[in-house]
Amino acid sequence: MEMTIREIWTTIHGMVFGFIFLLGFSGALYAVYAMRPEWLTAEGMKRTINLTKASVWALAISAWAAVITGTYIVYPWYRARPPEGTTDLGNFPRYLLLADPSTAEWHRFGMEWKEHVAFLAPMAATVVAFIVSYYGPTLARKVGERRAVMIFFIVSFAAAAAAGLFGAFITKAAPVR
Amino acid sequence: MASRIPDNKPNGPVAAALLAGGIGSALFGLIVFFAALSESFATALNWYNPVGPLSGKSILGIAAFFIAWAVLHAMWKDREINFSSISTAALVLLAIGLLGTFPPVWHLFGGG
Repeated sequence: MEMTIREIWTTIHGMVFGFIFLLGFSGALYAVYAMRPEWLTAEGMKRTINLTKASVWALAISAWAAVITGTYIVYPWYRARPPEGTTDLGNFPRYLLLADPSTAEWHRFGMEWKEHVAFLAPMAATVVAFIVSYYGPTLARKVGERRAVMIFFIVSFAAAAAAGLFGAFITKAAPVR
Repeated sequence: MASRIPDNKPNGPVAAALLAGGIGSALFGLIVFFAALSESFATALNWYNPVGPLSGKSILGIAAFFIAWAVLHAMWKDREINFSSISTAALVLLAIGLLGTFPPVWHLFGGG
């Protein structure tokens, strides 16, 4: 049951912040999708909008927290260069993956995509959170704006999902210890 | 019932946020793309050694997003904007960001 500090931070990055975003996405997306005047009364919309606003801001903050902790805390451990003459690459995941042709693509494709595409998630999620907060229940009457919000939200989720999926695969192949 | 929902806010701030999201994504994608093609450009983005070039890429991308947002918001905060054209532009820019961060696209141009 012991975890190193590196494993704890990797868990916070992926299983706390990343998981909150991925888990909360579908509920928040449905809340935005369901903001239609023909589906909800004005009173009902006013009541649910506060929860929707809180949800989208929580998701945006968790997305930012995931990329910041991932990039500036976990990633340096992943990419650390082993000292000259090191034979056991267990503590140097990037070099461990690249040392074996059968695992090198986890870095060359998986990690290279993950570390970059992840940054689109918090930017898009922040835009979504701002627009939902700005319009509030009025968003129900803005068909074009609601559609744009949903596309940004889905792209945000897709970017986070790709990053999360490859993060899990890479951690399985070469964990940060 | 729905007519009681207020509908008097200008769409300028929303257009500004959406376009800024597109600009930040596209600029980040282009920086990542050109860093994959040019070793010297990637090295120039190494602003914090433990993180390597990703430090410069991430800081520039995030800065572009927030600066673009602040500028556009100041310009459009009280205005009604043609939302259709802005949202189309924002989505195209978002797509550029997605393409720029996708390694097979770098490989098409000899990078990565």
